[in-house]
Order: sequence, then structure tokens, then C-alpha cells
Amino acid sequence: MSHPTAATATVHGAHHELGFVRTYIFSTDHKMIARQFLFLGLFMMVIGGILAMLIRWQLAWPETPVPGLGWLLTETEGIIPPETYNMLFTMHATLMIFFVIMPILAGSFGNFCIPLMIGARDMAFPRLNMISFWTGAVAGVLMLAGFFVKGGHAAAGWTSYAPLSAVPTYTGTDWGQNLWCISLIVLGASSMMGAINYITTVVNMRAPGMTLFRMPLVVWSLFITAILLLLALPVLTSAAALLLFDRTLGTHWFLPAGGGEPLLWQHLFWFFGHPEVYILILPAMGIASEILPVFARKPIFGYRAMVYSMLSICFLSWIVYGHHMFVSGMDPRVGIAFVLTTMVIAVPSAIKTFNWLGTLWGGSILFTTPMLNALAFVGMFVIGGLSGIFMASTPVDIFIQDTYFIVAHIHYVVFGGSIFGAFAAIYYWFPKMFGRMLNEPLGKLHFWTTFITYNVAFFPMHILGVGGMMRRIYNPTQYEFLQNLQWWNVLITWGAFALGLAQIFFVINFFWSLFAGRRAPMNPWNATTLEWSAPSPPPHLNWGDRIPTVYHGPYEYSVPGVPEDFSPQTRPLPAGAAAHH
Amino acid sequence: MTPASPPAVDDAAVAVDRLLADIGRLPPPPPPEEGGEGRPWGEPERTPLVSNAVLGMLGFMGAETMLFAGLIAGFLVLRYAAVVWPPPFQPRLPIEVTGVNTVVLLLSSATMIRAVRAIRRGNQAGLVGGLGLTAVLGAAFLGVQGYEWARLVGFGLTVTSGSYGATFYTLIGAHGLHVVGALIWLGIVLVRAWRGRFSARAHTPVVVCAMYWSFVVFLWPVLYVLVYLT
Ligand code: HEM
Ligand SMILES: [Cu+2]
Repeated sequence: MSHPTAATATVHGAHHELGFVRTYIFSTDHKMIARQFLFLGLFMMVIGGILAMLIRWQLAWPETPVPGLGWLLTETEGIIPPETYNMLFTMHATLMIFFVIMPILAGSFGNFCIPLMIGARDMAFPRLNMISFWTGAVAGVLMLAGFFVKGGHAAAGWTSYAPLSAVPTYTGTDWGQNLWCISLIVLGASSMMGAINYITTVVNMRAPGMTLFRMPLVVWSLFITAILLLLALPVLTSAAALLLFDRTLGTHWFLPAGGGEPLLWQHLFWFFGHPEVYILILPAMGIASEILPVFARKPIFGYRAMVYSMLSICFLSWIVYGHHMFVSGMDPRVGIAFVLTTMVIAVPSAIKTFNWLGTLWGGSILFTTPMLNALAFVGMFVIGGLSGIFMASTPVDIFIQDTYFIVAHIHYVVFGGSIFGAFAAIYYWFPKMFGRMLNEPLGKLHFWTTFITYNVAFFPMHILGVGGMMRRIYNPTQYEFLQNLQWWNVLITWGAFALGLAQIFFVINFFWSLFAGRRAPMNPWNATTLEWSAPSPPPHLNWGDRIPTVYHGPYEYSVPGVPEDFSPQTRPLPAGAAAHH
Repeated sequence: MTPASPPAVDDAAVAVDRLLADIGRLPPPPPPEEGGEGRPWGEPERTPLVSNAVLGMLGFMGAETMLFAGLIAGFLVLRYAAVVWPPPFQPRLPIEVTGVNTVVLLLSSATMIRAVRAIRRGNQAGLVGGLGLTAVLGAAFLGVQGYEWARLVGFGLTVTSGSYGATFYTLIGAHGLHVVGALIWLGIVLVRAWRGRFSARAHTPVVVCAMYWSFVVFLWPVLYVLVYLT
């Protein structure tokens, strides 16, 4: 596919000054857009986190006034009413999935890593990239606006099952749910523009010598994520539009009264929803695959197996979604088909896990903050993946579906996987992104407090789930069989509060380092990939008048015959040195 | 600074490139002042097999296909869940008029192809003529659709009349909106063609617009068969 050529580039117009607005707001520079997505995601994480704290308060001490919330919930003097509780968990999940993890992993690191790591000067369509961010920001504003409309925000769960979501009086929300739909439709447009850009950039804009199988795994993961985004989000768009029509125009897509079909929503939603969970996790997998070799000073184990397992995930994602609907009423034969495909999709994840372990095996591991977070990603993802296998088998799932076991699974894959992956990425690429180093001791403090409190907050949910605690219930103490489990809820809540507080270390570290951190050298981690051959932070168009030429794969660490323990992709391996691939 | 040397491209790639010229090859990269969406200025990399613009358009068409796949799946579910279809006491859809209209729309894709062929030979007048004819046919299609819609509403078929009305207006309306969008885009390209902005070498915007137009055109028979004929 590629025709390596002499890397002689002359860059015209690279040095003209852009004004404030073109530099910081309507910027077309992929690195600035990456920062914008990062700030959007972190800001939304604060809001989503506050909602989570309120959920936990209610579950530990149901129907008691939330300290300091009397001014907001005046009618109940600070007690969270049931409708509000529904809104809290709906919007917590919606924000975290669509406006935290997607903007940070796919939006920010997709933008940051792809051009820099394949040796491009920018995305294929820089202006489209800018529009993509601002469309996403508008979606965010629309989503937040829902909190301020009469009747409150959407309250039918992040899955918004019809008919509950399709008739305003069922949940008591009116424009809240409508804005939920509209916002996700707008977000779909943003994601589509981003996905088109990523795919085109990866296919067409690689530097000389950067063959597909010399691409870093994080680029592979983001490329495959982009394919899933491109093809999955439009299905959500169609579903959200139909829901919106049912609510506003009086159509009956999901309402049996007019010939509609409530299950149709579930099919459309989960046809999108399962690829979506891989959209959330694939970039984190790529990030871990990037960071583990750097700090184990070893090549990645099984590069091609990693690529092929991601490609098979990309394919299998489309044919497993029925595992979310085992109890919605389906033909047992179809159910078995979905059981089998779901078991099969766990295989590529297992392959990846073994490859990560193989990468670590015998390495001289440096326990830096990015490495700690990447290791946590691997460990927590294993727990989440294993609980997934439990639920993939119908006889077990019929017992644990819609319980806190599912909530535990979600949080082990999405927090344990995606968020630890996001933290790993932030700690790893911060020096390149902002040109300054984060503070290591503070980073480690943040990591360990987060890691411990995270497990206190989420592991016991497995026990609660098997004990029968349903998800999305307002007051667990109302059920006699749950009363002797209530102390777990209290423990979880304390864990969650501590987890929330632990993030203060991160905020301090982030903002302090942004302005006063040590200046980052060009290659602080002695890594091999192309972004470390650009200045920290890279200027507009990333490289001076020459773009790098790539001579070998991305994970040449400790190559025998090379004096240093890393061989940048831009430096040919000496004749006779054993290349790994 | 060394002057940019032309990229060394091997023969096979040149042959493939020639073949792919049919679906729009890359014009020389636009200078950054114009802010064109080509590849970043002055790179010496390999010549891509498919230009950025065409690849991006293919991606967009993929996404659009999934959007309509969602809507069509919804339609099929409701349609085959219904005991009688079309439901009794509801107006019938205008099959014949719409059939003729389908032909009109299909014709517009032929004129579009003629327009692209013309500019590939550098024939500016042919381009303007072809695009203009396409726009007229597209507008005619929309006009007839709008007229038929108004009649159906008059006969009492509305979005609220059960799944029959809902599916009809949603699917056909979604397509109609796409035709409107494609027509606006076509209008912009037409104005630029009128001003002589395209040449035999640089006409990617025309090709990309033509791709989208064809997508919208060839989506229509699928919807016509499903919604009107089954
Ligand atoms: C090893 C692979 C995995 C398997 C076998 C698996 C299996 C399952 C199953 C069977 C369910 C449905 C449970 C029920 O509702 O009864 C489920 C739910 C869920 N999974 Fe996974 N999963 C896997 C990986 C992941 C990953 C990587 C993510 C996200 C990053 C994820 C996110 C979710 C979410 C968010 C839900 C809950 C959806 C809801 O709200 O109902 N899963 N998983
Ligand atoms: Cu799933």
C-alpha cells in the first residue's frame, strides 16, 4: 500500500500567526481539538460524579436529607424524591458514557494520537474536525439544558426503554427526555464527522514507511473504534429520532396502542449498544498496549494477534447484542445463538489479556503513574470480563439480570477499564500534550487512593447483586430480604465518597502542572513511537520542515545490538540487530 | 530547505490510480490560505489510492446507510407485526404517480453522470448543463412528492394514524430531507461550476457531490419497493 519516498517536505504557510480565536476556540489543529475534548470530558466527569454521589447517598441512607441540598430540593427539605432519583441514575450514566468516556478516549486521544503517531501533520479534514468538536459541545449544552426544564431531565434509564420513555406522563419528564434524544442525535453527527476523519487519516496520511502493521496499537484501536462509531451511532440516531417523534409528533413507533412495538426500541438500542461498549473499551485497550511495553522495556507480545483480535471484536460486536435482551422475550434458539456469539467475543479479549501478561513477563518494570494505571486497567478489565461471561450464559443471567451484579460488571469494564485507561493516557501523554510533566508523587497518591476506594465502591456490588438487590431501585431498605445487606450499601457509599475525594489529587496535579510543572523533554519516557520525535508540545503541523520516515515497528525495546534500550521508529535498526517484527 | 521532490510511485500504483480516476482523484493540494479540505499542504507522501474526499464521502455514505437501515428495520418490524397491511379505512398510497416519479429521479442520476463525464473532458458547459438538468429533475421529484403528501394528508393519512402513517411519513420524509440536502449541495456546486471553478484536473467537489446524489437516488427505489409496493 505504501510507497516510501524521500522525506523531503517543505511546509508553506506554517509560520503565519493565528489570532486568539483561531488558536484556542475555533482551532483546526488536531492537538488543540484534543485538548478541547479533554476539557469537555473532564468537566462533564465532575457533573456525572456529583450525580453519582447523590445516588449513593440515597442508597445508603434512603430518604434522609442530603446535607447541603436543602436549597435545591426545597419541597422535600433536601430529601431526594423518587422521580429525581430516576433522573439521577439516568443522567449519571448518560453523561459518563456519552460525554466523558467518548470525548476523552475517542475524542481527545483519538485526535491527539492518530496524526502524531502515524506521522501526519494534521487530520485529513482539519475543518471538519473543528466542526465535529463544536457539534459535540452543542450536544453537551443541550444535554445539560435538560436539567433546567420543567419536569426535570430524562428519567427512563440510560437505555431509555420504551414505552416508559415514549410517553411523557409515565416518567413525568417532558422536555427532559426530548432534549436527551435531540442531544444524542446531535452527538451522533459529531461522532460521524470525527469517525470519517479518523478513518481517512489512518488510511491516507501515514508517513513514509508507516505501513499498517507498523502502526502503534493505539492507532489501530482508534481506527477500529472509528469504524464502530461510524456504523453504530447512526442506528442510535434513528432510534432516538423515532422516540422523539413518538413523544412530540404523536407517532406510534414504540407504543402498542397504535400498532407500535416496544421491543423494537430494545433491538435498535442494543444493536447500537453493544458496539458502543467496545467503542468505550477499545481505545483503552490500545492505550494499555502502548504503555505496557514502554515501562516493561520489552516489545509487545503478539502484535499481530492484538490487531486481529481487535478486528474480530469489530466484526463480532454486531452479532452479540441479544445478550442484553435475554429476558425480554426471545426464542430460546435465538437466545442460544446469542449465548454462543457472546462467549466467542470474550475470546479476543482473553487473547489480548494474555498478550499483556506476556508483555510484562520478565520485563524490568518501571512503576510510573501511567504504568500503574495501565496495570490497573488490565486487572480490572479481567474482573469485568469474567463477570461478563457469567451473564452471557442465560441460566445465570436470568437470575442476576437487572441486579447490582450488572452494575458491578459495568463499572469494572467502564470505570476499571475505560477510566483507568483514560487516566493512564492522561499521565502518559500529558507531557506531550501540554509540554509539562505531571507530578509523580501526587500522581501515585491519586492512583493508589483511586484504586483502593474504587474497589471498595464497586466490588461489593457483586455480592449485593447475587443477594438479589435490583438495579435502579429507589430504596433498598423497603425490601425485607435486602435489609441484612444494607451495610454493604453503606460501605459502598463511603467508598464512593472517598473515590470522589481522591480525584481532588488529580485536579490539583493537573492544574498545578499545567502552569508550573517541570518542562517536559522531547521524549521523557524513552519511547519509540513518532509523537516523541516532535517537540513537547508539538507546534502547529507537528514537525518542522521534514516529516519523519519510519523504518520499523513501534515496539523495539531492548533490541540486542542496540546500545540504548529503545529504538525510535525513525531510526533504522543497525544491520544484524534482531528486529522483532 | 530541500525543494520537494516528486513522490516516487511505482507502475502498479499508477495503473490503479488511473482506474480510480473514475471515482475522483486528488487535485493538487490547495494552498492553506484557501483552507481547502485536501491533504495538508505540500506533503511528499505516497499518492493515496482513493483521495481523502472520496474516502470521506464513502464513510458518510456508510453512516447514512446505517441510519436508513435502522429506519427500514423499524418499518419492517411494524409492517409484519400488523395483521392487515395496509390497514383498512386508510388511504392507499399513490403507486403509479410515485412510480413515474421514481423514473424521474433515476434519470437525474444519469444526467449527473453525464455532468461528471463532461468535466472530466474539461467541458465546462457540459458540466453546467448536466448539473442544471439534474437539479431540475431532483426538484421535480420533490415537487411531486410534496404534492402527493399534501393530498394524502387531505385524505386523512397523518403521522398519528397508527403505524401506517408513522412509518410512511418517517421513512419517506427522511428521504425527502436527504433530497433537499443533496439539492442544496448540488446548487452550490452548480454555482461554482457556472463560475468556472472546475477543470479536467481539479473537480473533486463535483465527484463527491455526484456520489452523494447517487446515494440519495439509489436509496429511493429501495424505499419505494418497501413502503409502496409490499
Ligand atoms: C468479556 C466480554 C464481555 C461479556 C461476555 C459481556 C457480557 C455482558 C452481558 C451478557 C450483559 C447483559 C447483562 C444483563 O443485562 O443481564 C452485559 C451488560 C453490560 N456490559 Fe458487558 N460484557 C463484556 C464486556 C463489556 C465491556 C468491555 C463493556 C464496556 C466497556 C461492557 C459494558 C456493559 C454495559 C454498560 C452493560 C449494561 C447495559 C445495561 O445498562 O443494561 N461489557 N455485558
Ligand atoms: Cu453487550
